[in-house]
Amino acid sequence: MAELTYRDAVARGIAQEMERDPDVVFLGEDIAKAGGVFKSTVGLLDKFGPLRVRDTPISEQAILGAAMGAAMTGLKPIAEIMFSDFIAVCFDYFANQMAKSRYMTNGQVKCPLVVRTANGGGVRFGAQHSQSVENWCMMIPGLKVVAPSSPADVVGLLAASVRDPDPVIFFEHKSLYPVKGEVPDGEIVDELGVAKIVRPGRDATILALALMVPRAVAAADKLRAEYGIDCEVVDVRSLVPLDTQTILGSVARTHSVFTVEENPRLCGWGAELVSIIADEAFYDLDGPPVRITTPHIPLPATDVLEDKAMPSVDRIVETIRRAMGS
Amino acid sequence: MASRPTKAAVIDDISTELRLRMYRVQFELRECEQRAYDLFLQNLVKGTSHLSLGQEAVAAGFASAMEPGDLTFCTYRGHAHTLARGVPMDKVLGELMGRDNGLLRGKGGSMHLTSVDHGVMGSYAIVGAHIPIACGAAWRAQYKGAKDVTVCFFGDGTTNIGAFHEGLNLAVIWKLPVVFVCENNLYMEYTPIGDVTAVADPAAGRASAYGLESIVVDGQDVDVVYRTARAAYDKARSGGGPSLIECRTYRYSGHSRADPAKYRPEGELDFWRGKRDPIRIYRERLLASGIDESTLAEIEDVVHRRVDEATEICKAALPPSADLLYTDVYADGGWAWRN
Amino acid sequence: MPQLGETVTEGKITVWFKSVGDAVQPGENLFEIETDKTSMEVPATTAGTLAEIRVRQGEVAPVSAVVAVIADGGISISVARPSVRLEGFREVRTPDRRYGPAKLSNGVTVSPLARRMAVEAGVDLTRLKGSGPHGRIHAHDVKAAMTAAPAPVTMSAPAAIQAPGSDAVRSLYKEVPFEEIPLDAMRRTIARRLMEAKQTIPHFYVSTDVALDRLLALREGANLALAAKLSINDFAIKAFALALKSVPSANAVWAGDSILRFKHADIGVAVAIEGGLLTPVIRKAESKSLAAISAEMKDLATRARERRLQPQEYQGGAASISNLGMHGVREFAAIINPPQSSILAIGAAQRCPTEGSNGAIHFVTQMTVTLSCDHRVVDGVLGAQVLAAFKGAMEEPAPLFA
Repeated sequence: MAELTYRDAVARGIAQEMERDPDVVFLGEDIAKAGGVFKSTVGLLDKFGPLRVRDTPISEQAILGAAMGAAMTGLKPIAEIMFSDFIAVCFDYFANQMAKSRYMTNGQVKCPLVVRTANGGGVRFGAQHSQSVENWCMMIPGLKVVAPSSPADVVGLLAASVRDPDPVIFFEHKSLYPVKGEVPDGEIVDELGVAKIVRPGRDATILALALMVPRAVAAADKLRAEYGIDCEVVDVRSLVPLDTQTILGSVARTHSVFTVEENPRLCGWGAELVSIIADEAFYDLDGPPVRITTPHIPLPATDVLEDKAMPSVDRIVETIRRAMGS
Repeated sequence: MASRPTKAAVIDDISTELRLRMYRVQFELRECEQRAYDLFLQNLVKGTSHLSLGQEAVAAGFASAMEPGDLTFCTYRGHAHTLARGVPMDKVLGELMGRDNGLLRGKGGSMHLTSVDHGVMGSYAIVGAHIPIACGAAWRAQYKGAKDVTVCFFGDGTTNIGAFHEGLNLAVIWKLPVVFVCENNLYMEYTPIGDVTAVADPAAGRASAYGLESIVVDGQDVDVVYRTARAAYDKARSGGGPSLIECRTYRYSGHSRADPAKYRPEGELDFWRGKRDPIRIYRERLLASGIDESTLAEIEDVVHRRVDEATEICKAALPPSADLLYTDVYADGGWAWRN
Repeated sequence: MPQLGETVTEGKITVWFKSVGDAVQPGENLFEIETDKTSMEVPATTAGTLAEIRVRQGEVAPVSAVVAVIADGGISISVARPSVRLEGFREVRTPDRRYGPAKLSNGVTVSPLARRMAVEAGVDLTRLKGSGPHGRIHAHDVKAAMTAAPAPVTMSAPAAIQAPGSDAVRSLYKEVPFEEIPLDAMRRTIARRLMEAKQTIPHFYVSTDVALDRLLALREGANLALAAKLSINDFAIKAFALALKSVPSANAVWAGDSILRFKHADIGVAVAIEGGLLTPVIRKAESKSLAAISAEMKDLATRARERRLQPQEYQGGAASISNLGMHGVREFAAIINPPQSSILAIGAAQRCPTEGSNGAIHFVTQMTVTLSCDHRVVDGVLGAQVLAAFKGAMEEPAPLFA
């Protein structure tokens, strides 16, 4: 067992897979010589050499296109899109190309690639470098979407993503990069499509993702200590494939559900989960499902404003407390 | 430094057998594409289709110079490129007609013809998207030390989109074994290419921006195309990096079904269909070189017969069954996004 | 008419280049069409003779319509319907809607979970007071109703007097020896339902005496012929059913915002069992023979004592019968089983003196019966009429054998 930061876990996960399989290659902007702008890929160039770890020009479309062409013809590429906001710059490859090639060609073309990207806010980078955009990918049929909340999950889910034969979009959270966590030694391979109950509870279910998971846990602790409300926190981890059974099972036990979402309100990932819950767990609910989200605004740059926009521990506590009638 | 369109001189570096093969391929491409058009008029081909009538020499020339393991990427105007690599006619026509025997069992349609078995790595409907993808396929060859070449076809309009520039740049800096072929048929969809392009030669005029040689050839002369292709492939295979080749050609039909191409000046179509028709040009050349008329007539008869046979197969085929709706979204063959 | 453009639905033929009778070769232009987007020439694809022009110059036809016929040409294709096979994966799994409306007939709203719990536990939501905003009923309200007696439901404002709490009762008796019996589900249900009946149903009572001599004589004769013996209760069930049929307004129940008047007389019959009682229902009792009623009663009573009744066997009906005569009770007034509207209490048969028509005293065998009625549904006169009909049927019982 070792204590690793989330960013070091990224390098560890990539290295684990590149060691295992010589067909795993890695490309992106400033990922090789500089070790990544977030210093999340330090050491990989030294370890695997410039043929396998390649710096690219500022060409998001070329990065993803090349990853796709290599994946189609036998390699297992990991491509980095530096900030998840830049998905918008090369969205054609997400929406039209890698997601649909297998289907359109009747199964002839495969696309076993991973796109890793730094997602989310809290670092005061402003509206175009702070967005949470997992929902942009969740809604495209054919993609898989993953967002780990801890260093151990980074390694395990990255390994699972690289081994997955479908295109997987791996959303790291930039605010979590410095966070430390326990990571077991040796090879770690997790599973896509599995949510984790990180804090069991009786009175309400909180569904959260990435940075919102530790905030939800802190809020649950506070709700228990100060108001006697015992919340169960579910780390959703994988939006596609979605572990509906764990989520519905939790709601069946607690009868109340809240989501904590960093994305702006409309069409956030929680809206889809709430829709499924309202449909299939309606008669388990004693009250309406409540979403706690960033409001539907671009994110401001200044720290006090950004903190007010993103769901905070206090806002989570207050919302749940009021909803549960305490 | 641009190469001016060359006249075909002595053709003894291309064997008779190869010449006859290239004639046959061009004739197949023409007849099959024409049949596709007829079937459209009978409402048996639905949706949209982009015909390459008039551009046969480009497809046939580049394909004939390839090795079997080479890979091709083309645009939605890809019927000819698909057929030229040996994909059977009934599979192509079947796909256009939305039948179960189609190349993609009706799931992709005209714009996405793909046959990985033949090295046809897809036809792409988003302009320029396949250029970086072709780079990726070439990168794989370089990485694995394989000797196959990736050939990427696109139109004149593509040279103005972002992905073209990103892909060309990447191919050059990584020295990838990829050949980029621009089929300049003088029109970007409904607009003359000159109206929307900053340089006179849409592809060759950009070559210097990427440190590449500026190459323009007569796309209606299959011998010229063949030789140009061979040179580019040899360069790529030996580690010499990418080439960008602009082929001057012409399309007889409109951009797509919906387009009767009334924007063309009077007489332009007739000129290209007459003096510049690649099949007529080659036919005359073959006869002049001593090939018997009966040989050519026999080739043509066989092609006609095969086109008819393919048509009948497709007409008798059923549409795909409804369960195909849900197959192959994911690698497990299904579409399950939840448990 | 060919398909020109994805959104085009029709075209106009602007020019015919050929006339009927002309020879036609593939590739020759036949006609020119104009759509809302463009115009183009359409060539023939087969050789032959233009035999018929169906859409003339200047006319409009929808895409795919046959506009002309070329003899020795023409292709027709029949396309078989594809067979539909569905995948195993379902992406939407909406369950059935099974648990009643969100808003009750009395205007109270109920949470989805509370609705489900109420159906599963057999709790009547209209009897509950909700603790949520605007009186909304939540899960813990239903849960409370499922256990010991809940707070009483009152239609009017003043709060009812509360019974002493459990601890108060225990401490009141703490000086005397007692055995504490835990409450089972049946006891809880009896307590709850009959408390509810007494607090919410406006009871009134009508009594009469029924002379049984005729009936007893006929019964003796019948029982000689029948294998299974008829009891007085069997006669009473049928007589009560016929009485309700003859006063249809009394064969009805209060439904909150309406009265449900039944076509058939389903009669509940109280059966004492160990630890309590059950009331299985004889359906359509008015149309069953005495022998059938007798046999059914025996079966229901047996299974009731063995606790083997299905829910549908003890639910329903507008009225019940309860007989304590075998215990020597002369007369009693029973409590109505909600949601029914009456219950007939039958006392013991006794020899009693009565004045005869000639002024002399003679003895008759008679029993006292009391009908408890829900005054919301059964007014005084109706109750009296039911009772009179019952008395008449029991005292002249020949028609009961029909």
